[in-house]
Amino acid sequence: MIYDILKYCGLFILLVLIQGLMLNNVEIGGYVVPFLYVVFILALPFDTPNWLVLILGFILGVFIDCFVSTLGMHTSATLVMAFCRAYLLKLITPRGGYEFNSKPNIQHMGLTWYLLYAVVLVFIHHMFLFYIESFKLTQFFYTFGRAISSTFFTVVLILIVQLFNYTSTTKV
Amino acid sequence: MRNLIRFLSKNSFIFIFIFLLFISFVFLVKNNNYQNSKVFNSSNFLIGNLYSTINNVNEYFNLKEVNAELAEQNAKLQTMQIGTFTKIFGTTVNFDDTTYSQKYVYTSAKAINNSTNKRENYITIDKGSLNGIKAGMGVVSPKGVIGTVKNVSENFCSVMSILHEKNAISAKIKKSGYIGSLVWKLGNYRIAQVKDIPNHVELHKGDTIITSGYSLVYPEGVVIGVIKDFNLEEGSNFYNINIEFSVDYKQLSHVFIVKSWMKVEQEKLEALNDLEKE
Repeated sequence: MIYDILKYCGLFILLVLIQGLMLNNVEIGGYVVPFLYVVFILALPFDTPNWLVLILGFILGVFIDCFVSTLGMHTSATLVMAFCRAYLLKLITPRGGYEFNSKPNIQHMGLTWYLLYAVVLVFIHHMFLFYIESFKLTQFFYTFGRAISSTFFTVVLILIVQLFNYTSTTKV
Repeated sequence: MRNLIRFLSKNSFIFIFIFLLFISFVFLVKNNNYQNSKVFNSSNFLIGNLYSTINNVNEYFNLKEVNAELAEQNAKLQTMQIGTFTKIFGTTVNFDDTTYSQKYVYTSAKAINNSTNKRENYITIDKGSLNGIKAGMGVVSPKGVIGTVKNVSENFCSVMSILHEKNAISAKIKKSGYIGSLVWKLGNYRIAQVKDIPNHVELHKGDTIITSGYSLVYPEGVVIGVIKDFNLEEGSNFYNINIEFSVDYKQLSHVFIVKSWMKVEQEKLEALNDLEKE
Protein backbone atom coordinates (compact mmCIF):
# COMPACT_ATOMS: atom_id res chain seq x y z
CA MET A 1 0.00 0.00 0.00
CA ILE A 2 2.74 2.44 1.07
CA TYR A 3 4.75 1.28 -1.90
CA ASP A 4 1.84 2.03 -4.19
CA ILE A 5 1.39 5.52 -2.80
CA LEU A 6 5.10 6.27 -3.29
CA LYS A 7 4.91 4.89 -6.81
CA TYR A 8 2.00 7.12 -7.72
CA CYS A 9 3.70 10.16 -6.17
CA GLY A 10 6.75 9.45 -8.33
CA LEU A 11 4.55 9.03 -11.40
CA PHE A 12 2.82 12.33 -10.61
CA ILE A 13 6.08 14.28 -10.40
CA LEU A 14 7.53 12.58 -13.45
CA LEU A 15 4.46 13.26 -15.58
CA VAL A 16 4.26 16.92 -14.50
CA LEU A 17 7.94 17.41 -15.40
CA ILE A 18 7.67 15.58 -18.73
CA GLN A 19 4.58 17.56 -19.69
CA GLY A 20 5.85 20.91 -18.45
CA LEU A 21 9.38 20.75 -19.76
CA MET A 22 9.14 18.56 -22.85
CA LEU A 23 5.71 17.91 -24.32
CA ASN A 24 4.49 21.51 -24.08
CA ASN A 25 7.17 22.34 -26.63
CA VAL A 26 6.02 19.67 -29.03
CA GLU A 27 3.73 20.70 -31.81
CA ILE A 28 2.89 18.68 -34.84
CA GLY A 29 1.71 20.45 -37.97
CA GLY A 30 1.03 23.69 -36.11
CA TYR A 31 -1.84 22.68 -33.91
CA VAL A 32 -1.51 19.26 -32.36
CA VAL A 33 -0.25 19.15 -28.78
CA PRO A 34 -0.09 15.84 -26.88
CA PHE A 35 -1.09 15.96 -23.22
CA LEU A 36 0.42 12.84 -21.76
CA TYR A 37 -0.11 13.84 -18.14
CA VAL A 38 -3.74 12.61 -18.20
CA VAL A 39 -2.37 9.08 -18.05
CA PHE A 40 -2.06 9.64 -14.31
CA ILE A 41 -5.85 9.73 -13.91
CA LEU A 42 -6.17 6.71 -16.19
CA ALA A 43 -3.62 4.71 -14.21
CA LEU A 44 -5.17 5.11 -10.74
CA PRO A 45 -6.30 1.74 -9.30
CA PHE A 46 -9.97 0.73 -9.50
CA ASP A 47 -10.47 0.90 -5.74
CA THR A 48 -9.33 4.54 -5.43
CA PRO A 49 -12.19 6.46 -3.80
CA ASN A 50 -13.93 8.70 -6.31
CA TRP A 51 -13.46 11.86 -4.29
CA LEU A 52 -9.72 11.21 -4.20
CA VAL A 53 -9.63 10.91 -7.98
CA LEU A 54 -11.32 14.30 -8.23
CA ILE A 55 -8.91 15.96 -5.84
CA LEU A 56 -5.87 14.40 -7.50
CA GLY A 57 -7.17 15.54 -10.88
CA PHE A 58 -7.59 19.04 -9.54
CA ILE A 59 -4.06 19.19 -8.10
CA LEU A 60 -2.57 17.71 -11.25
CA GLY A 61 -4.36 20.33 -13.34
CA VAL A 62 -3.11 23.19 -11.15
CA PHE A 63 0.48 21.97 -11.51
CA ILE A 64 0.23 21.71 -15.28
CA ASP A 65 -1.42 25.13 -15.45
CA CYS A 66 1.41 26.70 -13.50
CA PHE A 67 3.82 25.72 -16.24
CA VAL A 68 1.85 27.40 -18.99
CA SER A 69 0.32 30.30 -16.99
CA THR A 70 -3.24 29.34 -17.88
CA LEU A 71 -4.61 28.67 -14.42
CA GLY A 72 -8.03 27.05 -14.63
CA MET A 73 -7.87 25.58 -18.11
CA HIS A 74 -6.11 22.29 -17.45
CA THR A 75 -7.56 22.24 -13.95
CA SER A 76 -11.16 22.21 -15.13
CA ALA A 77 -10.47 19.83 -18.02
CA THR A 78 -8.71 17.29 -15.81
CA LEU A 79 -11.45 17.64 -13.22
CA VAL A 80 -14.18 16.91 -15.76
CA MET A 81 -12.19 13.92 -16.94
CA ALA A 82 -11.80 12.61 -13.38
CA PHE A 83 -15.54 13.03 -12.90
CA CYS A 84 -16.38 11.10 -16.06
CA ARG A 85 -13.95 8.34 -15.13
CA ALA A 86 -16.19 7.15 -12.28
CA TYR A 87 -19.21 6.79 -14.56
CA LEU A 88 -17.27 5.30 -17.43
CA LEU A 89 -15.77 2.65 -15.16
CA LYS A 90 -19.30 1.71 -14.04
CA LEU A 91 -20.49 1.63 -17.62
CA ILE A 92 -17.81 -0.66 -18.98
CA THR A 93 -17.47 -3.04 -16.03
CA PRO A 94 -16.48 -6.46 -17.34
CA ARG A 95 -18.68 -9.46 -16.42
CA GLY A 96 -18.01 -10.42 -12.83
CA GLY A 97 -16.78 -6.95 -11.88
CA TYR A 98 -13.23 -5.77 -11.45
CA GLU A 99 -10.82 -8.20 -9.85
CA PHE A 100 -9.45 -7.27 -6.47
CA ASN A 101 -6.21 -5.30 -6.66
CA SER A 102 -6.21 -5.06 -10.44
CA LYS A 103 -5.30 -1.83 -12.16
CA PRO A 104 -6.60 -0.33 -15.37
CA ASN A 105 -3.92 -1.35 -17.83
CA ILE A 106 -3.61 -3.44 -20.95
CA GLN A 107 -2.19 -6.41 -19.08
CA HIS A 108 -5.12 -6.83 -16.73
CA MET A 109 -7.98 -5.64 -18.86
CA GLY A 110 -7.00 -6.38 -22.45
CA LEU A 111 -6.31 -4.02 -25.34
CA THR A 112 -9.91 -3.40 -26.48
CA TRP A 113 -11.14 -2.50 -23.02
CA TYR A 114 -8.16 -0.23 -22.42
CA LEU A 115 -8.45 1.52 -25.77
CA LEU A 116 -12.13 2.25 -25.17
CA TYR A 117 -11.38 3.53 -21.68
CA ALA A 118 -8.43 5.71 -22.73
CA VAL A 119 -9.88 7.13 -25.95
CA VAL A 120 -13.18 8.16 -24.36
CA LEU A 121 -11.59 9.87 -21.35
CA VAL A 122 -8.77 11.53 -23.30
CA PHE A 123 -11.27 12.78 -25.86
CA ILE A 124 -13.48 14.29 -23.14
CA HIS A 125 -10.43 15.99 -21.63
CA HIS A 126 -9.17 17.38 -24.93
CA MET A 127 -12.58 18.57 -26.12
CA PHE A 128 -13.13 20.42 -22.88
CA LEU A 129 -9.62 21.86 -22.90
CA PHE A 130 -9.61 23.13 -26.47
CA TYR A 131 -13.09 24.62 -26.29
CA ILE A 132 -12.28 26.37 -23.02
CA GLU A 133 -9.11 27.65 -24.64
CA SER A 134 -10.81 29.09 -27.72
CA PHE A 135 -13.92 30.08 -25.73
CA LYS A 136 -16.06 30.55 -28.80
CA LEU A 137 -17.92 28.44 -31.30
CA THR A 138 -17.01 30.39 -34.42
CA GLN A 139 -14.12 28.07 -35.18
CA PHE A 140 -16.07 25.00 -34.17
CA PHE A 141 -14.63 22.55 -36.69
CA TYR A 142 -11.12 23.86 -36.39
CA THR A 143 -11.16 23.32 -32.64
CA PHE A 144 -12.87 19.98 -33.11
CA GLY A 145 -10.12 18.88 -35.48
CA ARG A 146 -7.52 19.99 -32.98
CA ALA A 147 -9.16 17.98 -30.24
CA ILE A 148 -9.46 14.84 -32.36
CA SER A 149 -5.93 14.90 -33.73
CA SER A 150 -4.44 15.71 -30.32
CA THR A 151 -6.46 12.85 -28.81
CA PHE A 152 -4.93 10.53 -31.35
CA PHE A 153 -1.38 11.55 -30.46
CA THR A 154 -2.00 11.46 -26.73
CA VAL A 155 -3.45 7.95 -26.96
CA VAL A 156 -0.47 6.79 -29.02
CA LEU A 157 1.86 8.18 -26.33
CA ILE A 158 -0.20 6.50 -23.60
CA LEU A 159 0.06 3.16 -25.40
CA ILE A 160 3.83 3.60 -25.66
CA VAL A 161 4.01 4.27 -21.92
CA GLN A 162 1.91 1.15 -21.31
CA LEU A 163 4.39 -0.81 -23.39
CA PHE A 164 7.19 0.18 -21.01
CA ASN A 165 5.10 -0.93 -18.10
CA TYR A 166 4.31 -4.21 -19.82
CA THR A 167 7.84 -5.48 -20.24
CA SER A 168 8.98 -4.45 -16.78
CA THR A 169 6.19 -6.26 -14.98
CA THR A 170 6.30 -9.47 -17.02
CA LYS A 171 9.92 -9.91 -16.06
CA VAL A 172 9.14 -10.00 -12.35
CA MET B 1 -30.56 18.23 9.84
CA ARG B 2 -29.58 14.61 9.92
CA ASN B 3 -31.32 14.05 6.61
CA LEU B 4 -29.39 16.93 5.13
CA ILE B 5 -26.07 15.47 6.28
CA ARG B 6 -27.04 12.08 4.94
CA PHE B 7 -28.02 13.64 1.64
CA LEU B 8 -24.73 15.50 1.43
CA SER B 9 -22.58 12.50 2.27
CA LYS B 10 -24.50 10.30 -0.15
CA ASN B 11 -23.89 12.68 -3.02
CA SER B 12 -20.49 13.87 -1.82
CA PHE B 13 -18.88 12.89 -5.12
CA ILE B 14 -21.04 15.25 -7.14
CA PHE B 15 -20.75 18.03 -4.58
CA ILE B 16 -16.98 17.82 -4.47
CA PHE B 17 -16.96 17.88 -8.26
CA ILE B 18 -19.19 20.95 -8.46
CA PHE B 19 -17.19 22.69 -5.75
CA LEU B 20 -13.82 22.06 -7.43
CA LEU B 21 -15.20 22.93 -10.86
CA PHE B 22 -16.47 26.19 -9.43
CA ILE B 23 -13.02 26.96 -8.04
CA SER B 24 -11.35 26.23 -11.34
CA PHE B 25 -13.78 28.47 -13.21
CA VAL B 26 -13.05 31.25 -10.76
CA PHE B 27 -9.36 30.71 -11.50
CA LEU B 28 -10.11 30.75 -15.19
CA VAL B 29 -12.13 33.95 -15.18
CA LYS B 30 -9.83 35.83 -12.85
CA ASN B 31 -6.76 34.63 -14.63
CA ASN B 32 -7.91 35.06 -18.19
CA ASN B 33 -7.48 38.77 -17.88
CA TYR B 34 -3.89 38.46 -19.07
CA GLN B 35 -2.62 36.41 -16.19
CA ASN B 36 -3.46 38.70 -13.33
CA SER B 37 -2.54 36.26 -10.64
CA LYS B 38 1.00 36.68 -9.51
CA VAL B 39 1.43 33.34 -7.82
CA PHE B 40 0.23 30.81 -10.31
CA ASN B 41 2.05 31.69 -13.46
CA SER B 42 5.31 30.78 -15.04
CA SER B 43 7.09 33.84 -13.71
CA ASN B 44 6.64 32.75 -10.10
CA PHE B 45 9.60 31.83 -7.99
CA LEU B 46 9.51 28.03 -8.12
CA ILE B 47 8.74 27.47 -11.76
CA GLY B 48 10.66 30.52 -12.92
CA ASN B 49 13.78 29.12 -11.33
CA LEU B 50 13.13 25.64 -12.68
CA TYR B 51 12.80 27.08 -16.16
CA SER B 52 16.01 29.06 -15.85
CA THR B 53 17.90 25.94 -14.77
CA ILE B 54 16.57 23.97 -17.71
CA ASN B 55 17.38 26.88 -19.96
CA ASN B 56 20.97 26.89 -18.79
CA VAL B 57 21.27 23.40 -20.20
CA ASN B 58 19.37 24.20 -23.38
CA GLU B 59 21.57 27.17 -24.07
CA TYR B 60 24.55 24.99 -24.82
CA PHE B 61 22.78 23.50 -27.78
CA ASN B 62 22.13 26.90 -29.32
CA LEU B 63 25.57 28.36 -28.66
CA LYS B 64 26.61 28.22 -32.27
CA GLU B 65 23.69 30.22 -33.64
CA VAL B 66 23.80 32.70 -30.77
CA ASN B 67 27.50 33.27 -31.30
CA ALA B 68 26.97 33.92 -34.97
CA GLU B 69 24.19 36.35 -34.16
CA LEU B 70 26.32 38.21 -31.61
CA ALA B 71 29.30 38.33 -33.92
CA GLU B 72 27.11 39.81 -36.61
CA GLN B 73 25.86 42.45 -34.24
CA ASN B 74 29.35 43.18 -32.98
CA ALA B 75 30.43 43.81 -36.54
CA LYS B 76 27.54 46.19 -37.02
CA LEU B 77 28.42 48.10 -33.86
CA GLN B 78 32.06 48.14 -34.82
CA THR B 79 31.23 49.91 -38.06
CA MET B 80 29.36 52.57 -36.13
CA GLN B 81 32.30 53.35 -33.87
CA ILE B 82 33.72 56.82 -34.07
CA GLY B 83 37.12 55.38 -35.01
CA THR B 84 35.82 54.05 -38.28
CA PHE B 85 34.76 57.48 -39.45
CA THR B 86 37.21 59.85 -41.04
CA LYS B 87 36.94 63.57 -40.99
CA ILE B 88 36.22 64.91 -44.42
CA PHE B 89 36.00 68.62 -43.80
CA GLY B 90 38.86 69.00 -41.39
CA THR B 91 38.08 71.05 -38.33
CA THR B 92 35.00 72.77 -39.61
CA VAL B 93 32.55 70.07 -38.49
CA ASN B 94 30.33 71.38 -35.76
CA PHE B 95 29.33 69.00 -32.96
CA ASP B 96 26.24 69.95 -31.09
CA ASP B 97 25.39 67.55 -28.31
CA THR B 98 21.92 68.92 -27.76
CA THR B 99 20.88 67.88 -31.24
CA TYR B 100 20.30 64.36 -30.11
CA SER B 101 18.72 63.16 -26.93
CA GLN B 102 18.30 59.57 -26.01
CA LYS B 103 14.89 58.14 -26.80
CA TYR B 104 15.24 54.43 -26.17
CA VAL B 105 17.31 52.45 -23.68
CA TYR B 106 18.04 48.76 -24.21
CA THR B 107 18.41 46.18 -21.46
CA SER B 108 19.85 42.84 -22.45
CA ALA B 109 18.05 39.76 -21.14
CA LYS B 110 17.60 36.08 -21.73
CA ALA B 111 14.40 34.25 -22.67
CA ILE B 112 14.01 31.32 -20.31
CA ASN B 113 10.64 29.97 -21.33
CA ASN B 114 8.72 30.24 -24.53
CA SER B 115 5.78 28.74 -26.32
CA THR B 116 4.60 28.91 -29.91
CA ASN B 117 1.74 26.44 -30.03
CA LYS B 118 -1.09 28.19 -28.22
CA ARG B 119 -3.53 30.91 -29.18
CA GLU B 120 -1.96 33.18 -26.61
CA ASN B 121 1.76 32.64 -26.31
CA TYR B 122 3.90 34.10 -23.59
CA ILE B 123 7.66 34.27 -23.12
CA THR B 124 9.32 34.40 -19.71
CA ILE B 125 12.45 36.54 -19.42
CA ASP B 126 15.05 36.64 -16.66
CA LYS B 127 14.86 40.37 -15.90
CA GLY B 128 12.24 41.83 -13.57
CA SER B 129 11.28 44.85 -11.52
CA LEU B 130 14.66 44.81 -9.79
CA ASN B 131 16.19 45.59 -13.18
CA GLY B 132 13.76 48.42 -13.80
CA ILE B 133 11.44 46.51 -16.10
CA LYS B 134 7.84 47.70 -16.19
CA ALA B 135 4.73 46.40 -17.91
CA GLY B 136 4.23 47.83 -21.40
CA MET B 137 7.85 47.88 -22.51
CA GLY B 138 8.76 46.37 -25.85
CA VAL B 139 11.01 43.38 -26.35
CA VAL B 140 13.13 42.94 -29.47
CA SER B 141 15.93 40.64 -30.54
CA PRO B 142 18.81 41.36 -32.92
CA LYS B 143 16.69 39.81 -35.67
CA GLY B 144 13.34 41.44 -35.02
CA VAL B 145 10.35 42.13 -32.83
CA ILE B 146 9.46 39.76 -29.98
CA GLY B 147 6.58 41.18 -27.94
CA THR B 148 5.40 43.41 -25.10
CA VAL B 149 6.06 43.02 -21.37
CA LYS B 150 2.84 42.07 -19.61
CA ASN B 151 3.59 41.02 -16.05
CA VAL B 152 6.62 41.70 -13.91
CA SER B 153 7.84 39.96 -10.78
CA GLU B 154 11.05 40.76 -8.93
CA ASN B 155 13.39 38.69 -11.04
CA PHE B 156 11.32 37.67 -14.04
CA CYS B 157 8.83 39.14 -16.43
CA SER B 158 6.37 37.52 -18.80
CA VAL B 159 6.12 38.89 -22.28
CA MET B 160 3.05 38.79 -24.48
CA SER B 161 4.59 37.34 -27.60
CA ILE B 162 3.84 38.67 -31.05
CA LEU B 163 2.36 35.18 -31.44
CA HIS B 164 -0.70 36.18 -29.41
CA GLU B 165 -4.09 36.61 -31.01
CA LYS B 166 -4.81 39.78 -29.09
CA ASN B 167 -1.43 41.40 -29.67
CA ALA B 168 -1.81 43.59 -32.76
CA ILE B 169 1.14 45.85 -33.49
CA SER B 170 1.41 48.58 -36.03
CA ALA B 171 3.56 47.65 -38.99
CA LYS B 172 4.96 49.64 -41.86
CA ILE B 173 6.02 48.66 -45.35
CA LYS B 174 9.58 49.88 -45.51
CA LYS B 175 9.56 50.82 -49.18
CA SER B 176 6.33 52.78 -49.42
CA GLY B 177 5.80 53.79 -45.81
CA TYR B 178 2.18 52.63 -45.62
CA ILE B 179 1.00 51.57 -42.18
CA GLY B 180 -1.06 48.49 -41.42
CA SER B 181 -1.66 46.32 -38.43
CA LEU B 182 -0.04 42.98 -37.90
CA VAL B 183 -2.06 40.08 -36.48
CA TRP B 184 -1.15 36.48 -35.91
CA LYS B 185 -3.52 33.50 -35.92
CA LEU B 186 -2.89 30.09 -34.45
CA GLY B 187 -1.50 27.68 -36.99
CA ASN B 188 1.90 28.45 -38.41
CA TYR B 189 4.25 30.24 -36.03
CA ARG B 190 6.36 31.59 -38.91
CA ILE B 191 3.51 33.34 -40.75
CA ALA B 192 1.37 36.37 -39.83
CA GLN B 193 -1.02 38.69 -41.64
CA VAL B 194 -0.84 42.41 -42.28
CA LYS B 195 -4.22 44.15 -42.56
CA ASP B 196 -5.38 47.60 -43.69
CA ILE B 197 -2.95 48.16 -46.57
CA PRO B 198 -5.06 49.88 -49.28
CA ASN B 199 -5.25 48.32 -52.74
CA HIS B 200 -3.44 51.07 -54.65
CA VAL B 201 -0.13 50.43 -52.93
CA GLU B 202 2.45 48.64 -55.03
CA LEU B 203 3.66 45.49 -53.29
CA HIS B 204 6.33 42.97 -54.11
CA LYS B 205 7.22 39.61 -52.67
CA GLY B 206 10.13 40.00 -50.30
CA ASP B 207 9.34 43.59 -49.27
CA THR B 208 10.48 44.24 -45.72
CA ILE B 209 7.94 44.98 -42.99
CA ILE B 210 9.18 47.10 -40.09
CA THR B 211 7.67 48.60 -36.95
CA SER B 212 6.12 52.03 -37.36
CA GLY B 213 7.24 53.47 -34.03
CA TYR B 214 3.83 55.11 -33.53
CA SER B 215 3.11 53.45 -30.23
CA LEU B 216 6.58 54.14 -28.82
CA VAL B 217 6.70 50.58 -27.50
CA TYR B 218 9.15 49.61 -30.22
CA PRO B 219 11.60 51.96 -31.88
CA GLU B 220 10.84 52.76 -35.50
CA GLY B 221 12.35 50.47 -38.06
CA VAL B 222 12.76 47.22 -36.18
CA VAL B 223 12.38 44.42 -38.71
CA ILE B 224 9.29 42.23 -38.39
CA GLY B 225 9.57 40.11 -41.51
CA VAL B 226 9.20 40.00 -45.26
CA ILE B 227 6.16 39.67 -47.50
CA LYS B 228 5.61 36.05 -48.45
CA ASP B 229 2.55 36.44 -50.66
CA PHE B 230 -0.41 38.75 -51.03
CA ASN B 231 -3.74 38.85 -52.81
CA LEU B 232 -6.61 41.20 -53.38
CA GLU B 233 -10.13 39.85 -52.99
CA GLU B 234 -12.57 41.13 -55.55
CA GLY B 235 -14.39 44.20 -54.33
CA SER B 236 -12.12 44.62 -51.35
CA ASN B 237 -10.21 47.80 -50.75
CA PHE B 238 -7.48 46.18 -48.73
CA TYR B 239 -4.85 43.57 -49.42
CA ASN B 240 -4.54 40.24 -47.66
CA ILE B 241 -0.83 40.04 -46.99
CA ASN B 242 1.01 37.06 -45.54
CA ILE B 243 4.40 37.81 -44.07
CA GLU B 244 7.13 35.55 -42.84
CA PHE B 245 8.69 36.53 -39.51
CA SER B 246 12.40 37.26 -39.52
CA VAL B 247 12.72 35.78 -36.03
CA ASP B 248 12.43 32.06 -35.44
CA TYR B 249 10.36 32.17 -32.26
CA LYS B 250 11.33 28.63 -31.38
CA GLN B 251 14.97 29.58 -30.99
CA LEU B 252 14.76 32.63 -28.79
CA SER B 253 17.69 33.21 -26.52
CA HIS B 254 19.15 36.69 -26.09
CA VAL B 255 16.71 39.57 -26.30
CA PHE B 256 16.60 43.28 -25.51
CA ILE B 257 13.97 45.03 -23.46
CA VAL B 258 13.32 48.49 -24.85
CA LYS B 259 12.49 51.35 -22.55
CA SER B 260 11.15 54.50 -24.11
CA TRP B 261 12.02 57.76 -22.38
CA MET B 262 9.35 59.74 -24.13
CA LYS B 263 6.42 57.36 -23.94
CA VAL B 264 4.88 59.04 -20.92
CA GLU B 265 5.23 62.46 -22.46
CA GLN B 266 3.60 61.41 -25.72
CA GLU B 267 0.77 59.62 -23.97
CA LYS B 268 0.09 62.65 -21.80
CA LEU B 269 -0.07 64.89 -24.83
CA GLU B 270 -2.39 62.55 -26.67
CA ALA B 271 -4.63 62.23 -23.64
CA LEU B 272 -5.17 66.00 -23.84
CA ASN B 273 -6.92 65.54 -27.17
CA ASP B 274 -9.38 63.14 -25.61
CA LEU B 275 -10.02 65.51 -22.74
CA GLU B 276 -10.90 68.36 -25.09
CA LYS B 277 -13.42 66.21 -26.90
CA GLU B 278 -15.48 65.67 -23.78
